[in-house]
Amino acid sequence: MAFREYRIGCIMFGVALSASMFVTIFLPGIDISARSSTKIALEKQLTYGWESGFNYYDPFLQGKDKPIMVVLTKDPRTGAAMDKTDAYVFPAGTHFPDGLTHDNILGEKVQAASTTKGRIGEASEAAGGVFLVRVDADDTPYIEYATATRGWTTDAVLKAADQQFLAGGGKTMFIREGCWWCHTLLPEETQDWQTFGRPPMTGDFNGESPTTFGSDRKAPDLLHVGSRNSSREWMTMHFFNPRLVQPHSIMPRYDYLWGNKDKDGNKIDLHAWDKEYMAYAEGDSVYPPEVPVPADDSEARMLIDFVLNLK
Amino acid sequence: MLKYLFAKEDDIPQGTTALFFAVSSIAWFIIGTGLGSFNAAKLAFPDWYHGLYALQFGHMRQVHVHAVIFGWIAMAFAASMMYITPALGNTKLWSEKLGVWNCLLYNIGLCLALALLWTGITSGREYSDHIWPIDLYIAFVMVVPWSLNVWMTIVNRRTQGIYTSNWFFAGCMFMTIIVFLVGNLPEWFHLTGLNEAYMTWWFAHNILGLLITPVAAAITYYIVPKITGNPLYSHRVGHLHFWSIVVFYSTPAAHHLMSSPLPEWLKSFASVEGVLILVPAVAYVCNILLTMQGKWSLFVSNIEIKFTITGVLLAIPLNMQGGFQQTRAINWYIHGTGWIVAHAHLALLGFSTFAEAAAVYYGMQVLLRRKLYSASLANFHFWMLLIGFSLYWTSMTIAGLIQGAAKIYEVPYVDVVIAEHPYMIVRWLGGTMVFFGNIIWLYNMVMTARAGVVIPAGRQPVEIAYTR
Repeated sequence: MAFREYRIGCIMFGVALSASMFVTIFLPGIDISARSSTKIALEKQLTYGWESGFNYYDPFLQGKDKPIMVVLTKDPRTGAAMDKTDAYVFPAGTHFPDGLTHDNILGEKVQAASTTKGRIGEASEAAGGVFLVRVDADDTPYIEYATATRGWTTDAVLKAADQQFLAGGGKTMFIREGCWWCHTLLPEETQDWQTFGRPPMTGDFNGESPTTFGSDRKAPDLLHVGSRNSSREWMTMHFFNPRLVQPHSIMPRYDYLWGNKDKDGNKIDLHAWDKEYMAYAEGDSVYPPEVPVPADDSEARMLIDFVLNLK
Repeated sequence: MLKYLFAKEDDIPQGTTALFFAVSSIAWFIIGTGLGSFNAAKLAFPDWYHGLYALQFGHMRQVHVHAVIFGWIAMAFAASMMYITPALGNTKLWSEKLGVWNCLLYNIGLCLALALLWTGITSGREYSDHIWPIDLYIAFVMVVPWSLNVWMTIVNRRTQGIYTSNWFFAGCMFMTIIVFLVGNLPEWFHLTGLNEAYMTWWFAHNILGLLITPVAAAITYYIVPKITGNPLYSHRVGHLHFWSIVVFYSTPAAHHLMSSPLPEWLKSFASVEGVLILVPAVAYVCNILLTMQGKWSLFVSNIEIKFTITGVLLAIPLNMQGGFQQTRAINWYIHGTGWIVAHAHLALLGFSTFAEAAAVYYGMQVLLRRKLYSASLANFHFWMLLIGFSLYWTSMTIAGLIQGAAKIYEVPYVDVVIAEHPYMIVRWLGGTMVFFGNIIWLYNMVMTARAGVVIPAGRQPVEIAYTR
């Protein structure tokens, strides 16, 4: 072995690299894993499901294998009026986020409350189900498996819902379309409070994958964009052609996410639209062409739902 | 080229692998910088074409990054190692056949990886964007055979000691494999949350710190003594450089996430370690510049030294920025702005590209046994690269400072976009100059292979006069 005269060097190299990895991976790993989930982390997990990047169940990143977030104002089982409630519907076969399937994600107290009060242990991916995020008397957030605790079935909840948000599929679009190359999801701790809102806390990310903070901000931070601008019309125009609502924007157009047909089933002709738009942009016509309303199953709808849901 | 795939080991001329890697690296450099120029144009003029949805910025940005990192930079490293490692061991490459296959499968894998990224099939993790099957391919089909060739060539060397460059080559290839396998833990085991975010940047930091920066430095440790004829100024300072890379450069990963809610102790630790990166940096720059003693005229007259020393000089602002911009006092101002983009290009397009371009220029002349075709074209390439890069770096640094100021004074974001517009145009022009310079380079190298003056056995390229 011609390395023999370098034995000490090789050992030292191994020791140095191991020590480095002990301090930079093992120790932070223990520390971060010990942080308890916040309410936001529970909501994010139930909104985005198991995985939003490439995975076996959605290899082409089409927004499959995702839960549906709904807004309820009446009890789906009894029909009685109730306070506005967000519920997360996992159709049968949808994969659960790690927090529901692994004991070490939610944090000790949150896990205990979710198991005893929320009965999440009874949920199974094969059967699907409906989940709620609740906060108990001593301020511990927990997940409630409403199919067990209240008898809410997925079908009844989808039928009773006032609104449905495909925000889970929208996060997949956010990743696939590279929105995060310019829009961060991380208001900075030092100076972003006024403009972009509250920076995230340590426990806000438990169970989320990927986190897509973004690093290179070329556009506004979006973590709380739904609180600043909740207009679906504005978002629709902005995604179709950002320069309709913000003439100086350098954002690309996402009109191709509309697909072939709009909400009413009319064919969308992007080239004809662009021709009319260019006439408007060059001052030959007074008004820009109408932006089609995205179809309910379009990718554009998912992405708009995701952005409006960033509160 | 393909005829060597099934040839016997002894029938493959020495240096074939290095040559294939070198030509591939230049081709990928053109592709990578072309994509970069195209992306930059879209940041300046978002509506300058319509309807080519395959060319969306969000789909192409990462293709540019990975084409230059895995195509240009890594393949130029492979080319350099494949001829420098045997030369320093006074031996042959361990297996030319493995190397030729390695190069072919590397190119195929990279095409596939970039095509997948282009269609949006991604892990959603910056710098580790590739999906895990591609990660496995990169680790075991692209990097392991390459490493094996380097390690085995060093093991089978015919010299007693191991020269500085070869410590770096062997060590960095080992660390790269570790970084690849460990840095993708979130994908292997579906790690989530802050662990995922932190491991993403652990990977990004270490792939830069343990592969790109030290290997580029190791290349200059070979090129400068070889061409000037001076011995390396200090073997011991080289030791300091090597060990401080292993100890200090592998630890500050968390400084990329200074404004995120990571544990405070981790950010403080990373920040201190980040300043200590100046130890290898200063050791390295001093060592190389002192090696130049008495031979500074070559900085003007010799194209390889011109490239190498420019790279080394660019390492000075690079490390000064790198050491201090990650401290809390400075990071809060420039985090996430164009300043960082400028810094990343200073590392990859400034320091390491100039070092590698020299190694590819030199290596191709030695391997082809032909003198470089045209000194004028090489000088043209140099100035296109240097001026293009300088325009890019200056404009992005200014744009970053504007962004930083707007961030703390809470200026509406669209005003930042308006203010940055002229700098986006300059950035695009700079990137385009680099792109065109590289096309000239490829032409020059093709002509060298065809019409360069033949270098007699036992002679160095530097000893032969240019004919054009």
